[in-house]
Parts: sequence; structure tokens; C-alpha cells
Amino acid sequence: MAKTLTQEFTKGLWEEIAPFRLVLGLCPVLGVTTTMENGIGMGLATTFVLVFSNILVASLRNVIPAKVRIACFIIIIATFVVVTELLMQAFAYPLFLKLGVFIPLIVVNCIVLGRAEAFASKNDIALSIADGLGIGIGFTLSLAALGALRELFGANNLTVWTTPTSVIGVQEVFGTSFEPFSFMVQAPGAFVCLGLMLCVMNLMGSK
Amino acid sequence: MREMVTMVVVLTVLSALSGGLLSGLRNATASKIEVQQLKFVKGPAIKSILKGASNDPIADRFALKDGEVERKFFVGKFDGKTNTVVLESSGKGYGGDVGLMVAVNVENDQIVGVGVTTHSETPGLGATAKDDPGFASQFKGMSIKDAYKVTNDGGKINAISGATITSRAVCSAASDAGMIYKKLKPQLEEKLKEFK
Repeated sequence: MAKTLTQEFTKGLWEEIAPFRLVLGLCPVLGVTTTMENGIGMGLATTFVLVFSNILVASLRNVIPAKVRIACFIIIIATFVVVTELLMQAFAYPLFLKLGVFIPLIVVNCIVLGRAEAFASKNDIALSIADGLGIGIGFTLSLAALGALRELFGANNLTVWTTPTSVIGVQEVFGTSFEPFSFMVQAPGAFVCLGLMLCVMNLMGSK
Repeated sequence: MREMVTMVVVLTVLSALSGGLLSGLRNATASKIEVQQLKFVKGPAIKSILKGASNDPIADRFALKDGEVERKFFVGKFDGKTNTVVLESSGKGYGGDVGLMVAVNVENDQIVGVGVTTHSETPGLGATAKDDPGFASQFKGMSIKDAYKVTNDGGKINAISGATITSRAVCSAASDAGMIYKKLKPQLEEKLKEFK
């Protein structure tokens, strides 16, 4: 029954990819994916929190009393979220400005608490790291895919990363004559895109 | 009973460790964050309220001691005269502190311009204080010696609709800046001479 590290890692990339298979953590999924870059940044921040909270929860799983476990998990998660916020302010300030309030909101992201409760508190450290990385990277990919789709059709651009001096990405993918659907970068566009992607994934999964 | 004690001990130790770690990290990153804020938020705000200045206000900055706290000032040169100083203050907004930059002409004590910098207000409502130039431009030309209030409180500043608390925060920040200015004006004038 014991699963291998690879299995725990890869399940987060497809079988249990959080926003699509489990439909969890939708607040940042809908909120920040106006560009691909924001999606990647948010995904990486969440992955960081997820991996480190999983490590700590797994290593303290025999010390934490069952009755106050949720409170302990929240303290651990909140600590790493503030760490992320401070590091992002120090080293990636423009990204911090764009993600704004969504960074502190990682505390209440149900994926992070869900992995702590459902996985890390019952498994050893190595498996928990694999699980955190897998789920986190899956989350990052989902956000990046949704962000890419919305940015592509909503703004006719595709930015992967912005450095202080240059932008890595493609501007005006469909040429200058393409009129972007600004609907896609607004909130309703997020719901429609997510719905369509869910639909495609379910079609691919059904036999 | 034993269980009770374990619970309290574990939670207390965990909270204490977390608090210690975070305050350490905060101290370690504070100077780095300040540089970043200066570059990405305060810098552009200062440049936009001091439009047309012939020097670089970010480079020409100095600090003065106001009692215990050290305050930073930025200098603007207009028409060959070093007559404008930018000071920083903040007010309590809806989601936290609202940072404000206030540029004052030391010759006639009038506000040259204000700009909101760091804030955590609601996007679309309070955040308009930063994005809408119309709100900030109301302060232009007013005397720095006044206390500023929104019209609801009997003042002259039209609040942003739906964001009275943010507007009040900006007003109180501007009034604070006025107080700092009045208190430090002699020293400010001395310092400005060095930038001739």
C-alpha cells in the first residue's frame, strides 16, 4: 500500500491537480490569473509555503496534540506566509505589488491546510516534501495555464517573467490587427475559462 | 490534565518560535524592503509630484532627527531655486497604514503636490486614492499650515465615494506632514541651503 516518492510527486501534477481535479483553492485561481506571470508568481509562492509547512507538520506530527492540531497547522502556515511576503517584498517588489492582498490570503488557502491535515500529519518528511512539491507545481501549472489563456486572448500578450530591465515573453502574439477580448481578463472571464478547462479535463479523463 | 498541559505548552512554544523567527526576518529584510519601496513606489510618486524639477529628488535626500525618530526628506529644484521639500507621513486607513508623500514650497508654505505611496486599501475603492490624480490634486496650492478634513467632517477635501476612511487617512497624513513641517522648518531651510 505504501506509495513511492515518485507516485506522491506525480499525483499532484495530474490525478489530483488541485484546482481542476479537486476544485480547491479557487480564490487565487480566479483572482490573480490575469497574466501568466502573476499565475506563476502566485503558484511559486504557494508551493514554497506548501513545501515548508508540510516539512514542519510532518516533523512535528508526533508532538502536536490531536485536539489543537488545526491551530498548530495554522500557526505554521501563517509563519511561512509572512516569510514569503517579507522575502517577496525584499527581492521581488513589483510582483508583490501585483499580487498584493492575495499573498496573505495563502494562509486560508484550503490546499495548504488540506495537505497538512490530510497528508503531512500522517506521513514522514520525505513523502510530505514530495507531496508538497507535486501539489505545488501542479497548482503553479494550473495557474500558469489559466493565466496564459486569459492573457493570450484578453491582452494579446504572453509574459513569462518580468525582470527590472526586460520582459521575457511575447507581445502581440496574434499580430497588431487582433482586437483583444477584454472580457477574458475581467472576473467573469476567469469563471468561463476555468469552466472550459475543467470541461476539457473531464472529457480527457472520461473513458 | 496532562493532555491540557501538553496542548498549552505546544501552542505556546510554537507561537513563540514563530514570533521570534518573523521578527528576526523582519529586521533582516527591513533595509532591503525600504530600498525596494523607494525604487518602485515612493520614487515614482515623488517624481510625479515634483514634475519639472531640474534635479533628481531621489538622489538629493537627507534625514533629520525629530525627537527620537529619523525622518527622510527629498529635495526639489525649480527654476534654479532649491525651494521644495518632500516629506513623508502616514494615516490609518481601512486596511492598514496609508503612506503619503507631501511636497511643500518652503517660500510660501504651499503644497506643491501629494501622492499616496504604500497602502493596503480595497482595490477599486480606497485604492483609487493612489490611482486617481483628481483626488490628490485637491491638495495642490493649499497652505501647509491648515488641518485637512473631508467635506463630511467640515473640511474642504472631497472624499472619494465609497472610501471615506481612506480619504480621512490621507487628510490626517497630510495634517501630520504639516505638523512635522512646522516643527522642523528652521532646520529644513538650513539643510536646503546645502543643495544650492
